[in-house]
Amino acid sequence: MFTYLQQLGQSGLTYCQKVGRSGVFLIDTLFRWPKLRQMLPLLVQEIYAVGVLSLVIIVVSGLFIGMVVALQGHNILNKFGAEQELGQMVALSVVRELGPVVTALLFAGRAGSSLTAEIGLMKATEQLDSMAMIGVDPLWRIVYPRFWAGFISMPLLALIFSAVAILGGYIVGVQWLGVDSGAFWTNMQSAVDFRIDVLNGLIKSVVFGFVVTWIALYQGYDTVPTAEGISRATTRTVVYSSLAILGLDFVLTAVMVGGW
Amino acid sequence: MQEKTVEIAVGLLIIVGVVALLMLAIKVSGLSPHLKKPGYHVTASFETIGNLKRRSAVTIAGVKVGEVSNIKLDPKTYMADVTMAINPDINDIPTDTSASILTAGLLGANYISLTPGFDDTYLTNNSTIEQTNPALILENLIGQLVYSLTNDKKDE
Repeated sequence: MFTYLQQLGQSGLTYCQKVGRSGVFLIDTLFRWPKLRQMLPLLVQEIYAVGVLSLVIIVVSGLFIGMVVALQGHNILNKFGAEQELGQMVALSVVRELGPVVTALLFAGRAGSSLTAEIGLMKATEQLDSMAMIGVDPLWRIVYPRFWAGFISMPLLALIFSAVAILGGYIVGVQWLGVDSGAFWTNMQSAVDFRIDVLNGLIKSVVFGFVVTWIALYQGYDTVPTAEGISRATTRTVVYSSLAILGLDFVLTAVMVGGW
Repeated sequence: MQEKTVEIAVGLLIIVGVVALLMLAIKVSGLSPHLKKPGYHVTASFETIGNLKRRSAVTIAGVKVGEVSNIKLDPKTYMADVTMAINPDINDIPTDTSASILTAGLLGANYISLTPGFDDTYLTNNSTIEQTNPALILENLIGQLVYSLTNDKKDE
């Protein structure tokens, strides 16, 4: 009886410890004087690794998700004779929901896991320790630029995803299924509000970018320095990020839904 | 050389991102500077507003001239006070204009239609439209129809 209680308490304490440590890690990383001139080349390099290299998967999935939403939507709207509203449906579902969430999930899988594996391997091969030994702060040299790279890339990718998805919806809806092009765009424009829909979607993607990068970097930094540890940390990054994205998405949507 | 390609690629990513934002702003949400000018505000009290919401359209002869900016209940008269923001370039609406709440199609959204009167004085900021027609509630209409049909049958 008491052993179970003890185990429960122990796991609770470990959990709190981990959350606390990741918070300290975040604060340690973020609250430092930005030495812009030294940071900029590192940041560019990391944005390339995190953002530009994710571009292909983001554009391709955006295109297909837009196309499939248009196809499904047309099928249902057709029953009510309301296929003119297709543009509105595609734009709202993409801009409000699918754009930020799917981009964040793909970002966690593509960029988050690679960040974790990279930093985990650096830790396992004691590169981080040697760096600290020669007087270079690994948080500053390794983690800081990667954090900002993820934080900057994610909203850009989400914007590109939304734009491409709407173009995909246009291709299927207007070019293939024959919805009137004018009705497609005007219904969309009258239904979508820049501040309420586009900016709120952008806020979502900023939050997701922050959370995914944080989880990925912390998991990498906190790896057990073995091959197995790295593989576990990479898995945890993807799982925790996806759960955090979906949970936060509900919370953010519940806060924003008042304006709709 | 390698460094340069990386920098060019990142520059391209940022440019494409900004272009996507502009496309979402202009092409998708129809944000254009002259439509968002704060217009002048006109109020009207309706018996019932049906399904009218903020941002619903205000039209004259079917052309959008503004949108509903605020809706609140008058605690004394139990009427709905609707504030409309009218585009500033439409500044010659006569004071005896009437406002009615219509529905776009059978199931569409409610909007306000203004029918201009013949006065020589024009609506300005914070003026009130006196003549209003409330929204038609479909359920009430059906109720009246059923009632009159059953009464007709009794007469025969």
